[in-house]
Amino acid sequence: MPDMTDRPIDPDVDLHVPAQRAELHWPVPAAIAAGGALGALARHAAQTALPVEVGGFPWATFLVNVSGCLLIGVLMVTITEVRRAHRLVRPFLGVGVLGGYTTFSTYVVDVQRAVAAGAPVTGLVYLAATMLAALAAVAAGMWLTRRVAGVRAGAGAR
Amino acid sequence: MTVLLIVLGAAVGAPLRYLADRAVQARHDTVFPWGTLTVNVAGSALLGFLAALPAQGPVMALAGTGFCGALTTYSTLGYETVRLAEEGARFHAVANAVASVVAGLGAAYCGAALAQAL
Repeated sequence: MPDMTDRPIDPDVDLHVPAQRAELHWPVPAAIAAGGALGALARHAAQTALPVEVGGFPWATFLVNVSGCLLIGVLMVTITEVRRAHRLVRPFLGVGVLGGYTTFSTYVVDVQRAVAAGAPVTGLVYLAATMLAALAAVAAGMWLTRRVAGVRAGAGAR
Repeated sequence: MTVLLIVLGAAVGAPLRYLADRAVQARHDTVFPWGTLTVNVAGSALLGFLAALPAQGPVMALAGTGFCGALTTYSTLGYETVRLAEEGARFHAVANAVASVVAGLGAAYCGAALAQAL
């Protein structure tokens, strides 16, 4: 088991982080709801612009999930290592906007649909490509932000 | 109309993800992100069910695109997995990615089977 740091594993709720054990106040879920609605609309716009052909590669959901992962990497390094942010920034942007923008349920149902449409290879390629690209995007977002801000990996917010 | 239904579904799904994550995290003491796994698997089961009905139009906008889409998350899953790897918990990182995919797909297929059984 790794050492506990003051930086969370779960960016939304990590009860090992003292600041996140605070009492729940209504502005937090309200900010999450507002951000989630905005994120879901952006995802819907992408899915409308790039509809999936039957048995085709679901590009819209792929691009949404990968871009959302790049942005969470940038956001989390910015607010945990570069500068302290207002306490509603993470609920609104991270849990709300990016959580509502990206989706896991559509990802698995996309795979299911590709298999049902007789395109199991497309489904499996999409399954693996999304996960690998998403993880690479998070790492790239974190790395780039640390480079730009000139902080070392693991440094706390100043 | 579709836009309004998506907004409504997401405005419920996103805070529910946060509250469920809090509730799950309060009940265990490991670094493994069980909360996110729980909401992702639950949302996958529901969307698998809806897609197999098949739910269409306003129901899909509200419950599928809005609610399930916002209840589940890839950004949190991706960030948690990279953070686990960064902390040296490589087994947990790989297990989180693999368990999410396997459990999510299994849940979607169970949801679809339930829809077909009804």
